[in-house]
Amino acid sequence: MEQLSLHEWSRYTPRQRFQRYACFALATLVVAWALGSVNIVWAWVWDAPNQMGDLFSRMVPPDPANLDQILSALLDTVNLATIATALAVVLALPVAYIAAQNTTPNAVTLWIGRFILVSSRSVNTIIWALLFVAIFGPGIVAGIVAIMFRSIGFLGKLLGEAIEEIDPRPVEALQACGASHFKVVLYAIVPQVMPTFFAVSILRWDINLRESTVLGLVGAGGIGVILQGAIDTFNWQEVSTVLIAIIVLVVTGEVVSSYLRRRIL
Amino acid sequence: MTAVRNHWRKQPFIASPLLRYGLYAAVIAYVAVTVTTLPIDWTRASQGLERAGRIFGGAFPPSFQRSGLLIDGFLESLKIALLATVGGVFLSIPIAFMAARNIAPLPIYYLGRGIIVVARSFHPVIVAIVFVKAVGFGPFAGVLTLVVYSIGFVAKLLAERIEEIDPGPVEAMKSAGAPFLSVLIYAVFPQIMQRQIGLGIYQLDSNLRASAVVGIVGAGGIGATLANAFGRYDYDFALAITMVIVGVILISEAVSGAIRKRIA
Amino acid sequence: MLKIKSLVKRYGAGDPVLKDLNLEIEGDQVVSVIGSSGAGKSTLLRCINRLVEPTSGTISLNGTDFTALGKRDLRIARRRVGMVFQSFNLIDRLTVMENVQSGRLGYISTWAALTRRYPKEDIRRAFELMERVGIAHYADKRADELSGGERQRVGVIRALMQQPEILLADEPTASLDPKTSEQIMMLLRDLANELKLPVIINIHNVHEAREFSDRIVGMRYGRIIFDDLPEALSEEAMHDIYAGIPHADRQVEGEAA
Repeated sequence: MEQLSLHEWSRYTPRQRFQRYACFALATLVVAWALGSVNIVWAWVWDAPNQMGDLFSRMVPPDPANLDQILSALLDTVNLATIATALAVVLALPVAYIAAQNTTPNAVTLWIGRFILVSSRSVNTIIWALLFVAIFGPGIVAGIVAIMFRSIGFLGKLLGEAIEEIDPRPVEALQACGASHFKVVLYAIVPQVMPTFFAVSILRWDINLRESTVLGLVGAGGIGVILQGAIDTFNWQEVSTVLIAIIVLVVTGEVVSSYLRRRIL
Repeated sequence: MTAVRNHWRKQPFIASPLLRYGLYAAVIAYVAVTVTTLPIDWTRASQGLERAGRIFGGAFPPSFQRSGLLIDGFLESLKIALLATVGGVFLSIPIAFMAARNIAPLPIYYLGRGIIVVARSFHPVIVAIVFVKAVGFGPFAGVLTLVVYSIGFVAKLLAERIEEIDPGPVEAMKSAGAPFLSVLIYAVFPQIMQRQIGLGIYQLDSNLRASAVVGIVGAGGIGATLANAFGRYDYDFALAITMVIVGVILISEAVSGAIRKRIA
Repeated sequence: MLKIKSLVKRYGAGDPVLKDLNLEIEGDQVVSVIGSSGAGKSTLLRCINRLVEPTSGTISLNGTDFTALGKRDLRIARRRVGMVFQSFNLIDRLTVMENVQSGRLGYISTWAALTRRYPKEDIRRAFELMERVGIAHYADKRADELSGGERQRVGVIRALMQQPEILLADEPTASLDPKTSEQIMMLLRDLANELKLPVIINIHNVHEAREFSDRIVGMRYGRIIFDDLPEALSEEAMHDIYAGIPHADRQVEGEAA
């Protein structure tokens, strides 16, 4: 039976091959199910390229008539993202502290901390914005609070992990000196998480800049409000101006944040 | 004996006092100007607490009465995410090759990079709102949106992976006289396939997250259900939907993490 | 005077790491504790300032029973015990001065600690000590820019800033090259003399222990089996201390029990 055939070569053992085929079959099945049952009007799909072409043809050339209004909304967007990030950074510190296993006072605070992180992280900024627009009314306050709520989870999680990964030896040394708990945190933990703190804050600022461009679509302020207005009035040439402005903003944000990261670290 | 110093100050992070205090002043001025010039409606915002009370009062307990609607919305989101992942991962392969400096000629390289930058710059919600206008409400706009979203992420990372491949096998194939496509299939694909599968699974997870959001602007899925519930002040139903979204996201994060760990 | 009486330390349910250990240290002598890895040297030292909580027994320093102290009193008492570590345990990203002043954290106000506005006397004392060991010009350097020997000097000064009544050194030279290692040992001996300070040093290098200490304590598997002047440390005593492996010891114990 075990006759080595020199004419046949295959990359996988039969078992491996079976597993691979099973995976492929499963994946195909799932995709087929999705394709078959999804609520899509296929006539629209075949027509989509025409529609898209039509839309883009209406977008050119971009219309700069409202440029000063767009730029001022853009500035609002930047400010919104910056203020919200700054507030979130401040609020994330205590959350990170209680969500890190080695600094949290007790098991209850640990779970409170983790609960805050998970609920903040799993709800998207836009969903937060929906909620806060309902609470604070349409406008920039809802946007700031929404960005803040989402950022606390992100910042708190990464900072908490940084706290858990510190070198425990300086902590031991300062405890041996008779330093109080707060001073140990101040001297042995804070300096060790500083680099992560800055890197993570800058990273989040960059992300927030991106996210704050869409807040306006649910009424939470910033450039999105103008975008929504232009789309609702079918002013496609202005839409393309706004889109270009957003690209410029996002790319600039990326350049600035990578520059800051390199400067500080 | 010389007198021992009894004075010491930590050297400031920014050495020049002018620059340092200038920076402090600039930060304070920025905050002051921003807070005063942002178009904030303080009176409206100050009613927030009361409204929050009303909303949360209405939200508890969460209502799962219309769970049929909820399940339909969720399944639609899942389908959108699946189809968009398949489409996005396939489309991102040629785009990644276009955007890999070591494979593509310069003009094509710039075109590929340009596609990636544009796809990455726009938040999926913006892409969604444009697609909704172009192809109408519903899941199709959602799929298109997330295809674009997937390309921005997958193609970028894949292009970076292609740029890092070991050039040895490529040279070996070329010197054996293999045509371009064979070189790709035998020398480049094996080096990137694993990465691509890992990225695909990761992307499925993030598409699922994003699909919950793009629905809010009309691109189908559970987001649409959520936006409707909010619009009709059905806060108890909205809370139920949000809880399901959070639960699904946590599960999908755990599953995709486990799968990626196994294949890595 | 440090008095350790019937000290026992047990981790979990296993065999005790320290077994009914008694030790007295008086005056300004340098005491070296030798023994193979796992003999319990490090645990002994950490029990003294309760970085490791003793299971039973008493430890008293100049009349204060450390084992009886509550959390707050323990913190105040710890100021009186300086400690030097094998891996220096400095805070890498802070300056040498901040590291040195961190030895005073038990004394100064939180505000002073936060703003780095240390009391004048503390700064003067820091400069004096840094001058003494030749690192005063590094005051503004970050600790991670220093060499191993310099870092350990910072560690020693941090401990001395506490104005301790006793100095514990846990293998202070194990991370250093032989030459630097001798310098640090010499420094510890000289400082003990100058400041009239008893010093307990855990050490692997028996040659250095002989050369720099007034008294040698040999530990084997949680017990003190040798305690005498360095000259009295014979080949035979050495053999007793280092022979065998902890595992074999454990078996002997098991049979005896």
